[in-house]
Amino acid sequence: MATKYVGQRIKRTEDPRLIKGLAHYVDDIKLPDTLHVSFVRSIYAHARISNVDITAAQKAPGVVAVYTGKDVAKIGPVPCASALPDLKVPDHRVLAGDKVYFVGHPIAAVVATDRYAARDAVDLVTVDYDDLPVVVDVEEAAKGGPVIHESFGDNIAYKLTAGEGDIDAVLGSADHVIKQRLIHQRLAPIAMEGRGVLARYFPGEEELTVWSSTQIPHLLRTQLALMIGIPENKLRVITPEVGGGFGSKLNVYAEEALLGWISIQLAKPVKWIETRRENMQATIHGRGQVGYIEVGCKNDGTVTGLRYNVFADLGAYHQLLTPAIPTLTGLMLSGAYKIPAIQINITGVFTNKMATDAYRGAGRPEATHVVERALDLVAAELGLDPVEVRRKNFPAPDEFPFKTATGLFYDSGNYEGALAKALEISDYPKLREEQTKARADGKIVGIGVSTYVEICALGPSQAMPAGGWESATVRIEPTGKVTVMTGASPHGQGQETSFAQIAADELGVDLHDVTVIHGDTAIVQYGIGTFGSRATAVGGTAVLIALQKLKEKATKIAAHMLKTEAANIAFKDSRFSLLAAEAAAAGEVPQPVVPHGEAPAGALPEPEIDGKGITIQDVALAAHIAKDLPPDMEPGLSATYFFEPKNFTFPFGTHIAVVEIDRDTGEVKFLRYVAVDDCGKVINPLLVDGQIHGGIVQSIGQALYEELVYDEQGQLVTGTLMDYAVPRASMLPWFELDRTETPSPVNPLGVKGVGEAGTIGATPAIVNAVVDALAPFGVRHIDMPMKPETVWRLINA
Amino acid sequence: MKRAINVNVNGVGHTHEVEPRLLLVHYLRDVLNLTGTHIGCETSLCGACTVMLDGQAVKSCTMFAVQADGASVTTIEGLAQNGNLHPVQEGFWEKHGLQCGYCTPGMIIAAAQLLERNPDPSQKEIRHGLEGNLCRCTGYQHIVEAVEYAAKKGSGAR
Repeated sequence: MATKYVGQRIKRTEDPRLIKGLAHYVDDIKLPDTLHVSFVRSIYAHARISNVDITAAQKAPGVVAVYTGKDVAKIGPVPCASALPDLKVPDHRVLAGDKVYFVGHPIAAVVATDRYAARDAVDLVTVDYDDLPVVVDVEEAAKGGPVIHESFGDNIAYKLTAGEGDIDAVLGSADHVIKQRLIHQRLAPIAMEGRGVLARYFPGEEELTVWSSTQIPHLLRTQLALMIGIPENKLRVITPEVGGGFGSKLNVYAEEALLGWISIQLAKPVKWIETRRENMQATIHGRGQVGYIEVGCKNDGTVTGLRYNVFADLGAYHQLLTPAIPTLTGLMLSGAYKIPAIQINITGVFTNKMATDAYRGAGRPEATHVVERALDLVAAELGLDPVEVRRKNFPAPDEFPFKTATGLFYDSGNYEGALAKALEISDYPKLREEQTKARADGKIVGIGVSTYVEICALGPSQAMPAGGWESATVRIEPTGKVTVMTGASPHGQGQETSFAQIAADELGVDLHDVTVIHGDTAIVQYGIGTFGSRATAVGGTAVLIALQKLKEKATKIAAHMLKTEAANIAFKDSRFSLLAAEAAAAGEVPQPVVPHGEAPAGALPEPEIDGKGITIQDVALAAHIAKDLPPDMEPGLSATYFFEPKNFTFPFGTHIAVVEIDRDTGEVKFLRYVAVDDCGKVINPLLVDGQIHGGIVQSIGQALYEELVYDEQGQLVTGTLMDYAVPRASMLPWFELDRTETPSPVNPLGVKGVGEAGTIGATPAIVNAVVDALAPFGVRHIDMPMKPETVWRLINA
Repeated sequence: MKRAINVNVNGVGHTHEVEPRLLLVHYLRDVLNLTGTHIGCETSLCGACTVMLDGQAVKSCTMFAVQADGASVTTIEGLAQNGNLHPVQEGFWEKHGLQCGYCTPGMIIAAAQLLERNPDPSQKEIRHGLEGNLCRCTGYQHIVEAVEYAAKKGSGAR
């Protein structure tokens, strides 16, 4: 493949419509006679519902219908795709029945002629609640107390132990065992566009179209067909422009099924656009773990064992992957290190809160935080430099594929390489000197290092709940334009550009002659979607192999047209040419093999051929005219490929944060932030930088600012963007980025994935830096978010 | 009881009878079908709904349409002139200042207004000037570069 585009900082082809305000997110799609839906949601975290009175709402101006739990009993439960042994799965109906389990739990759906009327009528629905004892704290919920789902007898959804090695023996014989309790607070994904659904039923055709702001159009179609009870091939899911997901739209939600069902009942288009308050209450949350680390090491800093006992705060119901997220934490507990014995003991616990699920990183940021904090605890205990402790425990580059005690095989890696580069860029020895000097001057300065590894390109189907492959169809149209259809569903990552780069290079065509189509189940072959840093590594590979298949066919047609064998022609810059010897043998007289016969009047030009070569666009035209194809050759020029990866990929890198703390306010300020990431081969460095920046900032949010707080009554105290602190431009440092490039052997592109790297690698670097800054105050650990008050209290303890 | 309003939007005069409680952003999006202006929080915290009102960047989700009676509004759709992108739009494209694009129209309007007030801002001033606009994708660094690009192109002089 020529590399005119791949590897270049190409600006995005999707941008013009976005910067002009001409793109279409769900709420921008207007259909005539659309009805609007607004939800009555529980104001209690745990209550019995004795009555829901909708009569006043039904009579309100503009109201067309009001539905409650009993009306929608025929809609199937909200699905959970995790299959863990002995997992308790509550019956999760789309509207509450006789009980509500969390604040924001939908109770009734009001349908009206406009959104104001719908919202007005919500206030006219009277719900009689008998409030029940609430359980909010995950450890309390695990111990006993009020039971959320009575039939289960307790709040334990599952218990799971995983890992290899004799952890008891290892910890028993270690020179040191360090213990630490640590909290991964609940976070809100906060895609800037909340969720939204538009559903339109065509009664004549008996077809339903659902536009939804989702990351998984095909999986959603399958699940909605089952929930609503409509044949899957009569249901079309369209994902228009999606304003961010971060995992929050890797799900199947009650509202999506309800809107489809309501549209069928009323035979009209219906729309629901989530408000931010709903988004914070009733779109999945991330993280939510309280864990206990035990790390064993030798006197020289060699880590011998790691145990992590964790209480996972699942919330009141399972969403699509809720129980599976903590198991990803278990998988990645080896970090970038050779740890002979590892054990995770997960207790998945129901609480009276919204479900947790996949939020950017999904279980892996927790693992990385555990491991990277553990390494710093070891360094602090032994009085060693955190960098030295890391080096001591790295596998060497020639030890890959590297098997971990969590059962994974890391594909490729050079952890020392990324670390060395980050140390060089940051001038680490000088940073330490400056820190010593600053401390002498009374300043509070800290340096934090994280040498992370993450699991990406999810993933082999064996390890996934519903397929881990990805699909692509590529087609060259009769006019020579190239169409790429991907089963991935990008929503900001830029694959319309990066997949076009791959196609343009492979076919030798102009980037702007390639159009990438995604997110419409009626057009695109079945696919899995965009999450788990998989779209390029799995979906991009499907595109590449489909292109290769297409070229194989085009080569055969070109050979036929040039009256030679496929072996005698070469392909370069979009043109098939006779090899030199063959061209000479063809003599002076060109033998044009122009397809003849009558073309539809004026419809198509004829393929141009000069006897020595033909362009792939002309081959495409010939393939569609199909008057002179090789015997038994299928007309048309398209190819489809479903790529099944043999393994995950394991990107890695080193992040270094340098912070200074304001002694008077406890505020943490960044002095430097250096990130060296290795995501394998890079298709478009501009997009990779953007992914890293955004990921780091979500890490900074978790480390310093963001926290979903439920009070003891289960009220969401941080329910708006006034109370939930999403980082703003003024709170952030300049990121100094660099890369190393260790190709993945798992796919022919050599790419690993980058969507979650920043969110996984950065958090512990920041926490380690703040802990390092406060070490002179006897601080060994701080829980997130490290808010000014928390930090100030530690300084002034 | 509806009220009549006259609003000039992107150079075109409009007269409509609207409910007094109709938000400006809903007027722009649902009545005028200018859907480039987005809604991200309904509480004026995220800035996705930022438009220019008589030359001032305002958050149209916390303003009534009737309050815009007699005013001139510029939305993202009206920023490019004669088919030429505004320098801030160019900057966002050149510097990859957007990913999902949802915050982008509001961010671009806020940045354009920032450059009108301060044609040559420092990075710190850019970051401060965009404090009222949230972006969850980019981490802001490319946005800062986009605004610097626009400043160099002389955005403020327009």
